[in-house]
Amino acid sequence: MTTVILLFGVTVLTFSLIQLVPGDSMTASLSETALNDPAVVSAYRDKWGLDEPVTTQYAIYLGNLLQGDLGISRQTSRPVLGDLMTYVPATLEIAIPAMILSVLLGTGIGLYAALRHGRVGDQVVRVGSLLGLSTPPFWLALVTLYVFFYVLGLAPSGGRLSSWITPPPTRTGMLTVDALLAGQWMTWWDAVQHLLLPVAVLTCLTVATLVRFVRSAMLEVLDQDYVRAARAKGLPTATVLRRHVLRAGLVPVITVSGLAFASLLSGTVLVEQIFSWPGVGQYAFRAASGLDLPAVLGVSLFVAVVYTLVNLMVDLLYGVIDPRIRLS
Amino acid sequence: MTALLDVRHLAVSLPGAGGQVLPVIHDATLQVSRGEIVGIAGESGSGKSMTAQALLGLLPERAQVSGSAVLDGNTELVGRSGRAWRTVRGTRIAMVFQDATAALHPMLTVGRQLTEHMREHLGLDRRAAEARALDLLDRVRIPGGRGALRSYPHQLSGGMRQRVAIASALACEPELLIADEPTTALDVTVQAGILELFDELRRESGLSVLFITHDLGVLAALTVRAYVFYAGRVMESGPTGELLLRPRHPYTAALLHARPHADDSWTLPEDGVTRPDEAAERRTQPLVTIPGSAVSPAAAPPGCPFAPRCAYAEAACTGELPPVTEVRPGHAVACRVLPDLTEVPA
Amino acid sequence: MTGPRIDLTPSESGDPVTTGTVPPAPGGDPRTQRLLERRRWAGRLRVRSVSSTWRQPSVVFALILLGVWMLAAALAPVVAPFDPVTQSANLYASPSAEHWFGTDELGRDVFSRVVHGARLSLPVAVIIVGVALAIGAVLGLLAGYLGRAADEVIMRVTDLVFAFPQIILAMAVAAAFGPSTRNAVLALIIVSWPTYARVIRSSVLSVRGADYLAASRLLGVGPVMALRRDVVPNAVGPAVVLATLELGNAVLMLAALSFLGLGPRPPAPEWGAMIAAGSRDLSMWWVSVFPGLAILTVVLAFNILGDALRDRLDPRYAKGLS
Repeated sequence: MTTVILLFGVTVLTFSLIQLVPGDSMTASLSETALNDPAVVSAYRDKWGLDEPVTTQYAIYLGNLLQGDLGISRQTSRPVLGDLMTYVPATLEIAIPAMILSVLLGTGIGLYAALRHGRVGDQVVRVGSLLGLSTPPFWLALVTLYVFFYVLGLAPSGGRLSSWITPPPTRTGMLTVDALLAGQWMTWWDAVQHLLLPVAVLTCLTVATLVRFVRSAMLEVLDQDYVRAARAKGLPTATVLRRHVLRAGLVPVITVSGLAFASLLSGTVLVEQIFSWPGVGQYAFRAASGLDLPAVLGVSLFVAVVYTLVNLMVDLLYGVIDPRIRLS
Repeated sequence: MTALLDVRHLAVSLPGAGGQVLPVIHDATLQVSRGEIVGIAGESGSGKSMTAQALLGLLPERAQVSGSAVLDGNTELVGRSGRAWRTVRGTRIAMVFQDATAALHPMLTVGRQLTEHMREHLGLDRRAAEARALDLLDRVRIPGGRGALRSYPHQLSGGMRQRVAIASALACEPELLIADEPTTALDVTVQAGILELFDELRRESGLSVLFITHDLGVLAALTVRAYVFYAGRVMESGPTGELLLRPRHPYTAALLHARPHADDSWTLPEDGVTRPDEAAERRTQPLVTIPGSAVSPAAAPPGCPFAPRCAYAEAACTGELPPVTEVRPGHAVACRVLPDLTEVPA
Repeated sequence: MTGPRIDLTPSESGDPVTTGTVPPAPGGDPRTQRLLERRRWAGRLRVRSVSSTWRQPSVVFALILLGVWMLAAALAPVVAPFDPVTQSANLYASPSAEHWFGTDELGRDVFSRVVHGARLSLPVAVIIVGVALAIGAVLGLLAGYLGRAADEVIMRVTDLVFAFPQIILAMAVAAAFGPSTRNAVLALIIVSWPTYARVIRSSVLSVRGADYLAASRLLGVGPVMALRRDVVPNAVGPAVVLATLELGNAVLMLAALSFLGLGPRPPAPEWGAMIAAGSRDLSMWWVSVFPGLAILTVVLAFNILGDALRDRLDPRYAKGLS
């Protein structure tokens, strides 16, 4: 319920942004050629109810949103929703592996740092995560690309596939999956190679955020009596860590995963352009630098909805893991 | 006869900030015999919990431990490696913590927490471990059988939780049970039940218990012998009754005087209503607080740590450690002055 | 510091804190005695902690970094050998004795532009944090102190802002307002004030229920006075920590917005925009590497300082965040 209210609020916010545009929102939304065509202009005014009072305009806006109408991108002259749907699979293809890797690495490294509390290992992790937090994502992407593509020649220059390879038949839109489904191993391997750098950069950034939270959560867990009790029972260290420490640490880790997801989404917007990765992030970059307002708002709305739903899932997962919440 | 646990000159220090070393136990010597419940009493910060943790190797990794602690005449506990501890923890020495709510894992079922170390140490399969767990629940008087095994700690009451913790400690038939203030977090009525359980276990299965408490009443009710700790040192030790009735160390005496207690002889008024001024009359002795505040082992003076607060202290007390005198067989006192404590000083 | 567990964990400053209640000393009012006792510990704790915080190597490193950048910002016209916006025919010159960091696609000296970038980014970050902190402080105090409807409204608005990853909302706002330094600043203020409001509200709430506030109310202290005397001092610590960390974040976000083309307009020497320009040709690595290092070092310094302050002022804060 709160999620629904929140999403409703999010639409109010994006709608207000349209209202706040200096001058006429029409000039921000329509290309110049379209503005010179009276038929297009009046159709636009009619569609968005620009002659109606603001509240009615919002109702119309919301009605359009619910039908999946996020407006027309000025740059591509196509519906924003359609554009997003084209780009989402590409983004998912790097976001999903990066998310999984980040949570695994973040938990592992965070736990390691907590176990080495105050010693060299902990310090190294701390410095590493501070560096990761302080690095501009797009710059890290650029430097990685420079080193691995330009200097070492180990990685492709960007994009999702080498130019000489024909894409596999589209089923999911994720090339690695599609290539596997089609049984095209060469294509699959090429797609994987293209994935590596963007995934690595996104993972680095997200892990830096995660590690700090996981470390302090694990430090707290390690200081609990039940961990001491588990050791007092004579269980092997590995069992104590796996069954007692990690299980208790999982709740905060899951909570933080929502945060990791936000950092991942922001990272994609800032990183995809560098790797010429045709995903939502590159779309957002082009929309922002081209001042394509409908597309920018479409992307933000989309991201906010996804982010809110992820947080809702996190809350639900919380209940699944913790019996105190599940059974009360 | 060798004692089951023989601790001699145990000293523990923890690393502090900036490379300092903070002593938490200076020189503790104590014995526990088979089938005996032995008490350790003292204020918080006196090192009694640290002693418990040192005996199970649960101190922070960089803690320095010296002296010796021998279990059953053959197993040295000081200086064991992590792996070697596993043959002692749970199987030979088990521990019950102060607060069962904190000491039981909130996300694991009672059954899991009762059986996991049985399966580890005794090599039981799931079925056999569960049967044994049911047995244990019976022994610690937890009703509900299999249903109780499937429940989570938060579904149980505080007293039940402590019983689960005790059952878990007993699971692998340890020779020695260390109980670190196991009744402090409980209501008085529940507390009585747990104390009774300890005594039953001792009588029925000859369990040896090292019982740590700050509550002299609990000490009196359960233990045969006791050690009084102050600032990481043993101040006085001996049979519990003697310690509490005829203390020879000024600190023990001060602890006793600082405890509110009613006159044994007072009777209920006939109408059953207590008049306000009666309450004050009822105390035979006034409450006597100990001047100054409890000192930590690290900040203690070179001599007797209690000297700065002691009404009988002499000049020599602060400079040099007091000799340990055996005032009666089995009753030892670390005091240079050994004043006559039958009179309370003004 | 609470009682019975202290014997397990020595206090961080190395001061062994004795536990248990303090019994009245003979010949003195027990309450005065206790207060004196407490003040003595508090005083010792503070003296030690401040000096040891400033002596940590990482903190010294961060302070030196920041000092260098602040000098660079203040003295940019003197330090920079070239004008940051004047173009020359010497395009894409690699780093040399004349152009330490090389020249960019329009023949401008990258070193001069990086130095002048500090003159832009640092004050802008301070403005963003200052204004957002002021707005957040006022709304947070109102929400925490008034409670009920005011609290509800303010908190729901912060929820709304938190429904977006920060940079995404900032991008949307900046795009709606149009690209300029002022609008980027505005956008970053809009997305960052709720963080302060939340933190300040929660420290107000933690104080609000405290006994000493009730006590001062009994003594007839009015709400404004109570706010000033009891609530504000308690909120300062967390706010200072947060503001320090957010200074770094502001630098980072400003760079991100201008990387997206939504920040200061060209030819302003903004670090993010410089990286964007350098990304067009990988072989000219120096065009983007140096501005990136500039961002990295500035943000790192703020993060180290923020961390150290947090450890010192409130060890529980880190945990409270999650």
